[in-house]
Amino acid sequence: MMRIRSSAVVMTLYLLFLLIPIYWLVNMSLKTNTEITSTFTLVPANLTFANYVTILTDPSWYMGYVNSLIYVVLNTVISITVALPAAYAFSRYSFMGDKHLFFWLLTNRMSPPAVYALPFFQLYSSVGLFDTHIAVALAHCLFNVPLAVWILEGFMRGVPKEIDETAYIDGYSFGRFFTRIFMPLIASGIGVAAFFCFMFSWVELLLSRTLTSVNAKSIASTMTRTVSASGMDWGVLAAAGVLTIIPGALVIYFVRNYIAKGFALGRV
Amino acid sequence: MEKTQNNKAWFLVLPVLVIVAFSAVIPLMTVVNYSVNDTFGENAFFWNGLGWFEDIITSDRMHSALGRQVVFSAIILAIEVPLGIFIALNMPKTGFWASFCLILMALPLLIPFNVVGTIWQIFGRVDIGLLGHGLAALGVDYNYTNDAFDAWITIIVMDVWHWTSLVALLCYAGLQSIPQAYYQAARIDQASRWSVFRFIELPKMSGVLLIAVLLRFMDSFMIYTEPFVVTGGGPGNSTTFLSIDLVKMAVGQFDLGPAAAFSIMYFLVILLVSWVFYTVMTTLDNAETK
Repeated sequence: MMRIRSSAVVMTLYLLFLLIPIYWLVNMSLKTNTEITSTFTLVPANLTFANYVTILTDPSWYMGYVNSLIYVVLNTVISITVALPAAYAFSRYSFMGDKHLFFWLLTNRMSPPAVYALPFFQLYSSVGLFDTHIAVALAHCLFNVPLAVWILEGFMRGVPKEIDETAYIDGYSFGRFFTRIFMPLIASGIGVAAFFCFMFSWVELLLSRTLTSVNAKSIASTMTRTVSASGMDWGVLAAAGVLTIIPGALVIYFVRNYIAKGFALGRV
Repeated sequence: MEKTQNNKAWFLVLPVLVIVAFSAVIPLMTVVNYSVNDTFGENAFFWNGLGWFEDIITSDRMHSALGRQVVFSAIILAIEVPLGIFIALNMPKTGFWASFCLILMALPLLIPFNVVGTIWQIFGRVDIGLLGHGLAALGVDYNYTNDAFDAWITIIVMDVWHWTSLVALLCYAGLQSIPQAYYQAARIDQASRWSVFRFIELPKMSGVLLIAVLLRFMDSFMIYTEPFVVTGGGPGNSTTFLSIDLVKMAVGQFDLGPAAAFSIMYFLVILLVSWVFYTVMTTLDNAETK
């Protein structure tokens, strides 16, 4: 009995540690700027939603969210589409240079985005893609495609090869077998891979900020420019922060049962 | 699984190859090109050989940034890995509370990096933050914008807040895969709590733990956004890590040559460490399946 109680204490303390800073952000977002800078209160004295109204009615703010969502979804779709056949190849066949290729893919997950910021800027400017959604989506493929291949390969390895062989004997072509039989079998793997692609593309700032200026400006870079003439607009900044947490929280809620599974493969 | 030898599998890998080549190889070639050339602007380049590399290797700026980076990554690993294991051991195993903890713990992982920075900036400031204000009320002299030591503490606590959950979740998944029979056997042998941990849980977690260490090393080694938002690399240069310094050099001062040489060496360090980890990982993998 003692053991259970002590672990409950540990978990409570840890979760409090995680939640208090988030609470403070929410608290800030519900205050007026004068209340933030002049007094110190643990709960908002005059509850206000003005900060949220500012964001949801001003296109330069809310378009940030729309732009971010567009390139994140584009990136997830591209990553999964190209990663599926590649992961199948890695899990089923051995071919010339496969191990080197796999390691090379992984190094892209490990390489610092800071190294790529400037060359990306020049590359995408020269092909006329600067400040488009597809540019950011392609740039994020740098780390999301290797990741998706890695996760999917792990799931595909768990599907016995006999299934492939039986399907081919039954006269399925590769394309039909892959879409009708194989993909439903690894549906949860595709879900986990999509989740991680979404997550890493959503949280990335450096590349999305470098590659966009107006039309495809992401919410992350919109937030770095809140210093106005009258000083920092803390309330709006906090409200924008809270709104960026919401999509993540929703995604976690829907995939909560798969998260542990995805982590169990250890392929993040 | 036995794999079939088939070189036609290259066709399946081709789309990935094209995409990654476009977004990795071409930019990398640009970097290599810059690193061996010098320019006076207007796209006129001339050959500079290894000059930039010599400059960077002997520069104090690079040495101190690298030093800070290594110390930072070491501290992060020393705190987050044991703490993550400890948290994972204390997590509820099943039922409502298990998924409750899972969701709350995964929350920091899905917050955009710059918002993590913003959260801690707001939380830590002496004038408006709960942490800063609370510490000041307790009489602690804390101000992360002026004091280098306080800035370090803030960034480390922030990173622990942000990423310990990842280590914990990985270890938790590893723990979940241990069959109950192991624990029953341990109970029959009257094993102590410590020896259950040392001889059953730790070896079973070693695979995921290695991945956790690898991920935490990599991500802390290329940390950019969070300290950039919180301290901007200051006060002075005290929290200027490698990535921050690099972006300053490349995009801020537009010193293409030195920045490119810097990039390549940065990349090589990462590559070397990744290779060591990857080799260890695959050897472990093979040892397990045999």
